[in-house]
Amino acid sequence: MDITNLSAAKLLDLLNKKQISSVDIASAYLNRIESLDDKIKAFIHLDPEDVLKKAEKLKDSDSKLKGLPIAIKDNFCVKGQLTTCASNILAGFKPPYSATVIEKLENDGALIMGKVNMDEFAFGSSCETSCYGPTHNPWNLDCAPGGSSGGSAASVAARLAPWALGSDTGGSIRQPASLCGIVGLKPTYGLVSRYGLIAFASSLDQIGPFTQDITDSALLMNIISGHDPKDSTSVNTKTLDYLAGLNADIKGLKIGIPKEYFIEGIDSDVRDKVEQAIEIFKKAGAIVEPISLPHTEYAVATYYIVAPSEASSNLARFDGVQYGLRVKDGEKVNDSALIDMYMKTRGKGFGAEAKRRILLGTYALSSGYYDAYYLKALKVRTKITDDFNQAFKKYDCIITPTSPTKAFKLNEKTNDPLAMYLSDIFTISANLSGIPAISIPCGFTQDNLPVGLQILGKAFDEQMLFKVGHAYQQLTDWHTRVPEGCK
Amino acid sequence: MSINKDTVKYVAKLARMKLDEDKIDDFTGQLDKILTYIEKLNQLDTENVEPTSHALAMENVFRKDENIPSLENDIALSNAPEKENNHFKVPKII
Repeated sequence: MDITNLSAAKLLDLLNKKQISSVDIASAYLNRIESLDDKIKAFIHLDPEDVLKKAEKLKDSDSKLKGLPIAIKDNFCVKGQLTTCASNILAGFKPPYSATVIEKLENDGALIMGKVNMDEFAFGSSCETSCYGPTHNPWNLDCAPGGSSGGSAASVAARLAPWALGSDTGGSIRQPASLCGIVGLKPTYGLVSRYGLIAFASSLDQIGPFTQDITDSALLMNIISGHDPKDSTSVNTKTLDYLAGLNADIKGLKIGIPKEYFIEGIDSDVRDKVEQAIEIFKKAGAIVEPISLPHTEYAVATYYIVAPSEASSNLARFDGVQYGLRVKDGEKVNDSALIDMYMKTRGKGFGAEAKRRILLGTYALSSGYYDAYYLKALKVRTKITDDFNQAFKKYDCIITPTSPTKAFKLNEKTNDPLAMYLSDIFTISANLSGIPAISIPCGFTQDNLPVGLQILGKAFDEQMLFKVGHAYQQLTDWHTRVPEGCK
Repeated sequence: MSINKDTVKYVAKLARMKLDEDKIDDFTGQLDKILTYIEKLNQLDTENVEPTSHALAMENVFRKDENIPSLENDIALSNAPEKENNHFKVPKII
């Protein structure tokens, strides 16, 4: 039996029946990482000895997860473990506390395997801005896995981990999930605590699961979601059991297909696969109708003001004072020795994309420009959110492609930041509106690259996304496929 | 031109971030392209539209004004590039 080809739920079942141990599982994954990850480069911090020690400790645990391993994106604080956001400015940083979701996972007996690669500070859609170099798409090593949670997506796609956590600010879970052929969920804003997630854009960031299928996604959501007094943006709603409510009955469900997401310029393979998936929903008894989300075309422009603005504020703390890199030597650039240190540290520590975003955000928020840019963007955000509110009065969910393209080649878009930004065209609106959205695999292009389908729902209606996704996964097997080179 | 080299240098100073001289032209070009694209937002009339900072209703969260345990000093200082006497040590301010 190939342990690493099993879903988290199936592994849990075997653990519960004592047919395998946490050590068996950890060893199997570590072996796989050893043979495959020097080509994929998903993991950036991994201590195999420590993993086995933890597995041994959790061996006879009667916790919920019994030592089931999980890969974690490197912007999650894990106490005492290297956490760098794939940036030189946080080199050597070992947080003195763990993120709430990490504590929840560990309290339930999860084994934190190690940290996986990401775009620096989550700025990117390809995992190419990481100070560690890019992660490669397991389906085609010349291609990007997507980003910013590229390592999380690649690790699950290549079965280097049964599941992983990532973060999504403009599509950073859903887009790499789509490009790597796995399930990626961005929960409703506020459902999962952000305490301990190193912030990019505080009104947009959400933590979410990367899994092989919907059942695992629901299982992981049960563990990580819930109110946290340490995160003042965490909502105090009733916690739901996403597994209990999971069914596949979508007869009579009303699905809206927004015409603005089926534009010129999306890959024809992407369009074909998504349209074929829509036919499957119709055959399963759903009522599918065209709708309009008229402000879709303004989402990228809105996001690339709001997100960098919030980022410029959140990244002000990286200044060489309390943690990470500190640069004092070299030619003096400011009369104040302290400001000199700030400027040199941030100049050396931040990569080009981080610098671009900080500059954009600082500019948009600066005196004289705030109204024209930031305030304007917040008003357009209202219009985008209203589009969804209107649509959800009549429809249970909305279906779109996740990404306009299949996985692009590494280096293809690195010289054109704007082209890179447009990769997020279909995912961004969900972050601006706070609504939940999931990407599920729905086929392959002619050159065997995954295509993802996105399902969007009302705020706090993750159960709808799970139901629709689960129904689709009963009728298709895209989610069971593993890349040829990883078999 | 939405943004020029001098503005980029000024903004970099506000952001306390040193830019390499030979990269400033590139940054200026890229930022200009992005900001030009963003001007698209001006196509929309948002005269009577309320801005949204948070899409879902948020309220201020308070707790009782009571002393609760927080990070011990030595733990808080554990990543300090330089420290002295239980403080983070930095270059002179004045």
